[in-house]
Amino acid sequence: MMEGSVNLSGDVRQQIDDLIADYAHAIDDDRLEEWPNFFVEDCSYRIINRENHEKGRLVGVMDCSSRGMLQDRILALREANVYEPHCYRHMQSGTRIRLVEGDIHHVETAFTVVRTMQEGDMSVFCAGKFVDEITFEDGQPKFRQRVVVTDSNRIHTLIVIPI
Amino acid sequence: MNETTQIKWPDDGVSRIPYQIYTDPKNYEREQESIFRGPIWSFVGMGQEIENPGDYQTTYIGDTPVIVLRDLDGEVQVIVNRCAHRGNLVCISKEGTTEELTCVYHNWRYDLQGNLQSVAFGKGVGKTGGMPDDFDQSKHGLQRLRTETYAGLIFATFSDTVAPLGEWLGEEMRENIDRVVGRGMVLLGTYSQYMPNNWKLYMENVRDSYHASILHMFQATFRINRLSMKGGIKLSDNGWHHISYSIAETDREEDQYDSKKLRAVKDGYSLADPTLVKGWREFDCGTTLAIQSVYPNFVVQQITNSLALRLCLPKGPEECELLWWVFGTPEDTDEQRDIRIKQSNMIGPGGVISMEDGVVGGWIQRGTRRDQDKTTIVEMGGRDVASSTEGRATEVSIRGFWRGYRDCMGI
Repeated sequence: MMEGSVNLSGDVRQQIDDLIADYAHAIDDDRLEEWPNFFVEDCSYRIINRENHEKGRLVGVMDCSSRGMLQDRILALREANVYEPHCYRHMQSGTRIRLVEGDIHHVETAFTVVRTMQEGDMSVFCAGKFVDEITFEDGQPKFRQRVVVTDSNRIHTLIVIPI
Repeated sequence: MNETTQIKWPDDGVSRIPYQIYTDPKNYEREQESIFRGPIWSFVGMGQEIENPGDYQTTYIGDTPVIVLRDLDGEVQVIVNRCAHRGNLVCISKEGTTEELTCVYHNWRYDLQGNLQSVAFGKGVGKTGGMPDDFDQSKHGLQRLRTETYAGLIFATFSDTVAPLGEWLGEEMRENIDRVVGRGMVLLGTYSQYMPNNWKLYMENVRDSYHASILHMFQATFRINRLSMKGGIKLSDNGWHHISYSIAETDREEDQYDSKKLRAVKDGYSLADPTLVKGWREFDCGTTLAIQSVYPNFVVQQITNSLALRLCLPKGPEECELLWWVFGTPEDTDEQRDIRIKQSNMIGPGGVISMEDGVVGGWIQRGTRRDQDKTTIVEMGGRDVASSTEGRATEVSIRGFWRGYRDCMGI
């Protein structure tokens, strides 16, 4: 059997689509303080390249294992880290729900991120897919796990804003 | 070498570095010959990544593509990745397993020591064509390099005259490699940071113990690395290699670490999840941070419990690629492995510390490009090249790099 999508009721499907879109808009609009709220407290967020992900390795270029660590990333970005101002634009497509296990929805979405630097230089910064585990908390969809699998092993210069 | 195009060094020391050295394309070409094919050993990979006979990986020495492999006798070989026939890359994949090296272009076949075994249609077809009768296969193998392995790290050199690897590293450099790597390595992850600057700007940064708690707020605020800690700089006898180390628990109050004086010190900054900066005492010597550079472009890193190797590959005069290998040890408990994973948030292109090392080089590149006749100033801690047991408010390791550079380049 070919791997395909699970056909969910329209409401759940719509809520998951909205979560994925709202997440990207929050980052692209620099509302980064909202970013941790897309996750449950006991969550996992990791950016890892495709090669490491496929080999089952555990270390990527960002690894947060609690919502507190997500907050700390944003605090560091705002207060501590030194970098040149820039912003992202996420392009996302092809969200599919691969599997539903109890309350956990296993969802994958392809993405491209264009990075624009303060002087105007633009580049395709990253392409890959989100591998998500989405759960519902008080009726709201949240990420229990979001693994950002990047197609390239290379990051140009640095990555400070989450994908 | 054409003397007229040589960069003119401003004086006979190593405390003034001409900006031209970070941009000049001719100088870049000379570096490939005089440094990367000169009297140095280049790190090319980990032995455990080519564990079985026939396993190979492709990488670079300077910007020369090479194949690192384990031959059918189990010996490690490093071979220039270029067919003797027309110069085509013999191995295209980043890694794989093979019993022989075959160039896809015209099917010239080599064994895993690089010896030419056969040439497709070497006798021609129907008595026409083919190679001349005097073509001697034994003289047209792949270029095989001198190779040595230390503590599981594979090094290779183009040089026939450089001292054996262990001697070239020296005792102090070997001791630190033994300490960090010698227990064995479990690879936790690999990635690359591609930077818009000359490779030497990154290698100066690695050796720059002065900047670490000034640029990196995280190190200063959470006392991961401060100049007020007990520590020092060890240089190899010739100054080429370095280790900068510190012991966090020896930090003493120092009034220069004041939020009013240093941008990097923040009052009232605290983490929602402080487990990121919690580690365990891993080494009996008490060392909590040690950055080692093996000349010219290899780094062995311990930042608390975060262990990594880094290799900075030149990619033209104004770009370089930093390859990272993040690892633990075979003895790690699950909890220790999790701490290493957590602490990996400090390093790499997304590391709250290391990301900043990825950006300053490009800023220097942009700042200096127009004024090629001017120089940087590298004289914190004096103008000489000698180990410093008294502390790390010094740029002596950077001067050591330039000592090695001038020795190799003959400038």
